[in-house]
Amino acid sequence: MQYFLVISTLMFFIGIYGFLTRKNLITMLMSIELILNAVNINFVAFNKYLFPQNLQGHFFTLIIIAIAAAEAAVAIAIIINIYRNFRSIDVDRVDEMKF
Amino acid sequence: MNSEVMFYLLAGMILVFSVLTVTSRLILRAAVYLLFVLISTAAIYFMLEYTFLAAVQLTVYAGGIVVLIIFSVLLTSHISEKAVMAEAKQSILSALAVGAGALLTLMTIMNYTFVASTEPAQTSTVTDVGNALISYERNGFALPFEVISILLLAALIGAIIVARKEKDGIVTPKVKK
Amino acid sequence: MVDYTYTMLIPLIPLVFFVLIGISGHKMKPIISGLIGTAGLGIAAFLSYMTAIRYFFTDHLAESGYKSLKAFEITWLHLTDKLTINLGILLDPISVMMLVVITTVSLMVHIYSLGYMKGERGFHRFFAFLSLFSFSMLGLVLATNIFQMYIFWELVGVSSFLLIGFYYEKPSAVAASKKAFIVTRFADLGFLIGILILSFNTGTFDFQLLTSPTGPAITMPGGAAFMGMSVLTWSLIFIFMGGAGKSAMFPLHIWLPDAMEGPTPVSALIHAATMVVAGVYLVARLFPVYALAAPDALTVVAWVGGISSLFAAIIACTQTDIKRVLAYSTMSQIGYMMLALGVSGYGGHDGLGFMASNFHLFTHAMFKALLFLGAGAVIHAVHSNDMKDMGGLRKYLPITHITFLIACITIAGIPPFSGFFSKDEIMVAAWHHNKILFSIEFLVAGLTAFYMFRLYYSIFWGKQTHYHHTPHEAPYLMTIPLMILALGSIFAGFLPFHALVTSDGMPFEAHIDWSIAIPSVLVGVVGITIATLMYFKVNTIPDKVANGFSYFYKWAYHKFYMDEVYMFVTKKIIFRYISEPVAWFDRHVVDATMVGLATTTEKTSHLIKGMQSGRIQQYGYVFVTGAIALVLIFVYLWGF
Repeated sequence: MQYFLVISTLMFFIGIYGFLTRKNLITMLMSIELILNAVNINFVAFNKYLFPQNLQGHFFTLIIIAIAAAEAAVAIAIIINIYRNFRSIDVDRVDEMKF
Repeated sequence: MNSEVMFYLLAGMILVFSVLTVTSRLILRAAVYLLFVLISTAAIYFMLEYTFLAAVQLTVYAGGIVVLIIFSVLLTSHISEKAVMAEAKQSILSALAVGAGALLTLMTIMNYTFVASTEPAQTSTVTDVGNALISYERNGFALPFEVISILLLAALIGAIIVARKEKDGIVTPKVKK
Repeated sequence: MVDYTYTMLIPLIPLVFFVLIGISGHKMKPIISGLIGTAGLGIAAFLSYMTAIRYFFTDHLAESGYKSLKAFEITWLHLTDKLTINLGILLDPISVMMLVVITTVSLMVHIYSLGYMKGERGFHRFFAFLSLFSFSMLGLVLATNIFQMYIFWELVGVSSFLLIGFYYEKPSAVAASKKAFIVTRFADLGFLIGILILSFNTGTFDFQLLTSPTGPAITMPGGAAFMGMSVLTWSLIFIFMGGAGKSAMFPLHIWLPDAMEGPTPVSALIHAATMVVAGVYLVARLFPVYALAAPDALTVVAWVGGISSLFAAIIACTQTDIKRVLAYSTMSQIGYMMLALGVSGYGGHDGLGFMASNFHLFTHAMFKALLFLGAGAVIHAVHSNDMKDMGGLRKYLPITHITFLIACITIAGIPPFSGFFSKDEIMVAAWHHNKILFSIEFLVAGLTAFYMFRLYYSIFWGKQTHYHHTPHEAPYLMTIPLMILALGSIFAGFLPFHALVTSDGMPFEAHIDWSIAIPSVLVGVVGITIATLMYFKVNTIPDKVANGFSYFYKWAYHKFYMDEVYMFVTKKIIFRYISEPVAWFDRHVVDATMVGLATTTEKTSHLIKGMQSGRIQQYGYVFVTGAIALVLIFVYLWGF
């Protein structure tokens, strides 16, 4: 069972690396999807091996997938809006909230 | 034995493709690599016999989200535009942080003995999933079901409003210097 | 036991009228505010006379001696259960006598000012301040405890400041008022130190307790000594320092000549008859303590008085501004009073000096006020203060002339005018105590006669000056007080002071000691003669004498350069070595700390504003790193 957790950990941290390093807003979004997936694998592994009598991890994962979908949709909408206003989706150009 | 080989294969695919996703220079290729990661994850779910979940993963993630991402890529940039990577300092710092975190977590996982439970497993056929989703007894998930449907409604409306064009159809970009 | 509570009204009526005139004076016609002020003083004077007659004559207190009694007292501040600051009214021989003096002179000055200050801007302000001063001075003499006296002491200083600087648009007047206030304030530092030492060691502020022969002050064991003199002596010397500042004794006298910048009625009231004798009054008030427990302090008092009177008399011989001559004359006469206190003992005939000092205070108030008011009439007629602009005025100002002459004869100590009686008693007391002091006073008596008649002749005889417009006699409002005060100067000498005001309250027998009296009268006559020879007609003798004593004359004319010494000390030493470093410290260390705090905050904010860069990836990085660090700390290092 630990192997599953190892995989999910590595995927999680790779996703974080991608989030911190990529310049394009959409690639950042893709990294976030990686993170969410890693978490899903984690939940499922715990459910399968430690608490097989109920399906809580299973359903939580289901909910997370739904949420990820909704979030990706809204994020894309925002990215499109940013593209219209700033003519660029470089994350360094979106720093209006600075001092 | 087979499942072990299967598992290592899938694990390898996941790792390789996720690394490629975050380091690829071409955006579309990154999207495709993401697709492969998602498919591999669905395969893992299949291996663990959560078939419904795997199906949902394939449908929503691989079929919906990746398509959405590709559409937005097409809308906002040239397909073959080479992406700019972060400068060295940022990469190294992030790599260090991430590496430390990974190390920490892995150490924690390895040092903990997980005791596998011997209780009888609950099956996860579609029937069971359906019954659980609408039951409000102890192991029922009616409330999350309703909440998630409201969330989806809100996300739908929000995305439409955020991304719609201006009234007269002309977009005035606020160009930031 | 007679009820004297009504005496509370005596200081309070001027206070009420001060507030009244001060607030609404500018709305009424000037003459109304003047009449209100005068009426207030008139009532106060009437009450004082009534008190005096009852206290001295009709209350049959003479059998057991005049005791001090508290007419009224309230507790103002309750500091500890043993130490309180009260406000009240204490009646005893010297305070009742001072009541009469203050209210009489103040009333005369009020009437005089109705005429003198007519047409001045600030007429009502003048009368308001006069009432304030009267209230303060009355409160001072009626104080039951030394702290109340200190409060009113400062109030008197403030009133003096306000009145000297009355012509506030004149820079010299402003400078003079500042000088007066600063010098007396400096002296009051000594006063306060003395009060604190005295009250700390005796546990009380109250005069009745301090001065009772069985009280804590006098029976205090002389234990704690400091540099050869007991603590009590030191405290009394400090208290005397405060009195010396207020009474313009050497070396704290520098403010008095400059205080002549104020209007002449102010000089008459404050700087001749009442405020400057506050120092004498203070020593007289604490006299039992001085005499019985600290005779060394009395020696200091006597010598300071003697030196001041000689110093002032010499300078007065050379001055040409008539008000300054009178100012130095005041200083000299107060020196007499201090000396008389200093050579006095306690009880019965030994207390002759005490009695003589108070007697001289009484008579001096009359004739010095008369001299100043007369000088005011002369200035009013001639519009100049300087002797050189005057001469031959006897034809034009007959009433002023006669009253001035009476005052000059009085101050010279010629019988049967009052000055003779009071001065004679002082001389007798000095003779029995210390022959050197006696000879100083003897010399000063001659000098006094000389310079006063020099002044008299220069104004009223001497050269025939051509005046631009004929000087006219002062109006009745101004001459009536002159006449009343002249009567007082003549007849006050016959008051039996030795039966009324004595050191321990018991009357004693006193008679004129002709072996002392005749030589002192003769030296006065000699002084008058020399002055007549030199100044009766215009001649060259004064110039020849001045040239003969050239260096000494120059020194005396420049007031022995005391002002220059003071300026040197303050400017070169105090300002440069004390004030400037302190100011530098304040600007560069204290201010710099405050500014430094602000600058540090600003620089820090500059440094950390980078955290709000608006870049998401930076936020994410910090977030991840922070989370990892927290996990590390709480899971591994905290010992969960």
